[in-house]
Amino acid sequence: MTVLDDRPAEVGGIGTAPWRKEDAHLVTGQTTWTDNLAPVGTLHMVFVRSTMAHARIGSIDTTEAAGMPNVVAVFTGADFAEECPTLPCAWPVTPDMVHPAHPPIAIGKVRFAGDPVAVVVARDRASAVDAAETVVVDLDPLPAVIDLEQALTDEVVLHEDEGTNKSFFFSMPTGADIDETFAKADVVVKRRFIQQRLLPTPIEPRAVLCIPQAASGDFTLYSATQIPHILRTMLAVVTGTPEHKIRVIAPDVGGGFGAKLQVTGEEVIALLVAKRLGRPVKWTETRSETNLTMHHGRGQIQDIEIAATSEGRLLGLKVDLLADMGAYLMLVTPGVPVLGAFMFPAIYKMDAYRFNCTGVFTTKTPTDAYRGAGRPEATFAIERIMDELADHLGMDPLELRRMNWIRHEEFPYDTVAGLTYDSGNYEAATARAVELFDYDGLRREQEERRQRKDPIQLGIGISTFTEMCGLAPSRVLGQLDYGAGGWEAATVRMLPSGKVQVVTGSSPHGQGHETTLSQITSSALGVPFEDIEVLHGDTQVSPMGLDTYGSRSLVVGGIALHRAAGKVVDKARKLAAHLLEASEDDIEFADGTFSVKGSPDASKSIQELALAIFAAHDYPEDMEPDLTGHAIFDPENFSYPHGTHLCAVEIDTETGRTKIRTYVAVDDVGKVINPQIVEGQIHGGLAQGIAQALYEGVVYDDDGNLVTGTLIDYLVPGAPDLPAFTLDRTETPAANDLGVKGVGEAGTIASTPSVVNAIVDALRPYGVHDVEMPCTPERVWRAMQAGRGGAS
Amino acid sequence: MARITVTVDGTAYSDDVEPRTLLVHHLREALGLTGTNVGCDTSSCGACTVHVDGQSVKSCTMLAIQADGREVLTIQGLADTWDGAALHPLQQAFHEAHGLQCGYCTPGMIMASLDLLAENPDPSDDEVRHGLEGNLCRCTGYQNIVKAVRAAAVEIRQGSTTEQGVPA
Repeated sequence: MTVLDDRPAEVGGIGTAPWRKEDAHLVTGQTTWTDNLAPVGTLHMVFVRSTMAHARIGSIDTTEAAGMPNVVAVFTGADFAEECPTLPCAWPVTPDMVHPAHPPIAIGKVRFAGDPVAVVVARDRASAVDAAETVVVDLDPLPAVIDLEQALTDEVVLHEDEGTNKSFFFSMPTGADIDETFAKADVVVKRRFIQQRLLPTPIEPRAVLCIPQAASGDFTLYSATQIPHILRTMLAVVTGTPEHKIRVIAPDVGGGFGAKLQVTGEEVIALLVAKRLGRPVKWTETRSETNLTMHHGRGQIQDIEIAATSEGRLLGLKVDLLADMGAYLMLVTPGVPVLGAFMFPAIYKMDAYRFNCTGVFTTKTPTDAYRGAGRPEATFAIERIMDELADHLGMDPLELRRMNWIRHEEFPYDTVAGLTYDSGNYEAATARAVELFDYDGLRREQEERRQRKDPIQLGIGISTFTEMCGLAPSRVLGQLDYGAGGWEAATVRMLPSGKVQVVTGSSPHGQGHETTLSQITSSALGVPFEDIEVLHGDTQVSPMGLDTYGSRSLVVGGIALHRAAGKVVDKARKLAAHLLEASEDDIEFADGTFSVKGSPDASKSIQELALAIFAAHDYPEDMEPDLTGHAIFDPENFSYPHGTHLCAVEIDTETGRTKIRTYVAVDDVGKVINPQIVEGQIHGGLAQGIAQALYEGVVYDDDGNLVTGTLIDYLVPGAPDLPAFTLDRTETPAANDLGVKGVGEAGTIASTPSVVNAIVDALRPYGVHDVEMPCTPERVWRAMQAGRGGAS
Repeated sequence: MARITVTVDGTAYSDDVEPRTLLVHHLREALGLTGTNVGCDTSSCGACTVHVDGQSVKSCTMLAIQADGREVLTIQGLADTWDGAALHPLQQAFHEAHGLQCGYCTPGMIMASLDLLAENPDPSDDEVRHGLEGNLCRCTGYQNIVKAVRAAAVEIRQGSTTEQGVPA
């Protein structure tokens, strides 16, 4: 059976779409999710969590719980205060950033609903659940701090020792003088946009299993994590356990989207309890715990102001953000809005730019990276205000963009925010999207519907986005005060039989690394796709790596692999020359075979050479008997995928309901290794970006209780809630070894503004200039009523 | 504790279970059949979907004791219902159409699709989307899942007429 009729006969190399190596065990249920694992004698942890957003902890009575059947131990925060005073934050974005201690189990105070106050350890999970219910926690309530502007008044302070709810103020003025630029502008448009909090919601909840080896002091920790390497180092740092005594394994991991880019209290406690009790310790969260305690994404108030000439040429941009940190700073919490700083100017040329961001503590779940991490927020704001400016000037929003974007012949281009975009062709992507979308036809239909006052109004939304990904050049991260680098490691190992083992430091959780990296290896070595195995996600198997996030696995990890494979070819060439008794300069390499120029019969395949070097009977004197290549790649620049997304929505003006009629996404992700996987990444990205626009939003009540605590209350879209997408690509190669760009986050970054722009576009005749996300039928309907009221 | 006998993927298992044990926990923890996943605690995500006596059920909505004397089919036994193939057409189609990424929702998605195709052997795109509305996927945006289910539908219809065997 063949689903894909266009599948070429020869698959396995770069640019083809072999079916994924990952799938066989996933479609048959032969999986190793962390929750599937439990060695004999495993103890189960259940956390007792705060039911209040903000309170002083009085007594914690664990007596009854400790005496319950099968309960082995009950611990509170004080039990771990010396071993782990605080969880890590690796990104101090300013020298004076307020970074309060964040104990893995709360001590003295709780600062969000869900903050853990005790942990019960029992022989089985049900016993631990029963016992946890008997723990009596005396909480003395304090006022919740929900609103960001209210928080900054410091009337109620979360971290009393710090004396303020302000974590940091980050400012980045670049280009010409911002005030002078704005003073000479013909037009200034100012808007406030709200980036609601989102729940990342990987379908696999978090889970951790820590297996101690008491005699040697070793720990093996399985976790549903994106970052086994970073986690190992951080566990060592925060618990004082020697790093070489910790092995972290990310087995099958069921989605991450940034939410598993974290060093969680539960992982730390699993290790510390395993150390204390000398038994394997496991924790798997319930979905309610996920919603309550897995870090949230977004959460910003964006004040944005754009200055232009009366013809529509952009002059300058001011951005003032309030960024919701939640109750504590986690691994990269403060860095998320700061990453966005570089993306507000997007694809547009302007003279002056000023970015200000204030990080604010609130009594809510901590925020951190969620698919796009800072760039979706920035892209939303700039793409929305471009539409507002176009409306103000009476211009077509596409024309305004054309007038201001960087033209393809201007690359490489130094942006006002200080980045150098290596490549791009916004004209080509836009032209293709306009063609697929039938832009002019839909504009005509929109006008007709307006004329006849059709109850179904049509809106057209545009997003001509770019983003910075492929995190990241280590020196740049250093300049931004990030605590680590951004390189990636790869090893290519020829086995004696000619099979190939590839070791990558990136760590997949759905992206298809085993397939994509096999393709790169197959093309580089000329070895069949099936003969290549990709190893990952285990710090013992892959000792060096910086893991998977920020669309980095291909553009950093893939290039490291390409270079490692190149080293294998170089060694093999030397060996081939020796065995074929020819000069290295006379050796040609094609399709996995080394041959002597002019003597095609004199040849050795790289797989034959693997056996020859293993036997080591005859090899050059200045060579070691080894065909292994290892490379670390530290990129010189970020990766800048871009594209044009066009969305047509139909709005039922009587109910406020929005339906996406057409969604066209033309993305330029440079050279493509596997078109099917790239398409899948875009599809999934679009779904999450559209979800922010239409469906999802974290809700807290005034007391700081999470209202969206389950998947009943928080609307993750199902299949009927999303349209079929029309995709195409343009291909402008990036300036790197493979010409590739990141793709994991692009769809999410691009799609949110295109949907909201479409909704506002449909409703402009009703006097509507914004609808707050998620644009539910009620919000759309209310915006229409308010707009009408204002107009009459 | 209550004594129950449940036939899972063709094998009969007799166990003493606590009355509060959910079917999914019985499958995973007592029987070690970890192919069926848990994704939520409100029967919202469908990751735990199995078949009980030929109908799809979210196995977190059913107590193990309610399965006493009944036949359960999980993702781990699905291929055996299709003669002589390593994969059931739905499994093969999800693979070929890239209908999965992380794969965590996949067992439930495939078992729900099996039920959908039993009721409607030739569904349209919209019918597939509505038929799977109880199953959440966070990775794929559903487009390739729809494609996979429709491709499998063709295969299953053909398979049925050539008497290769019919899915349970």
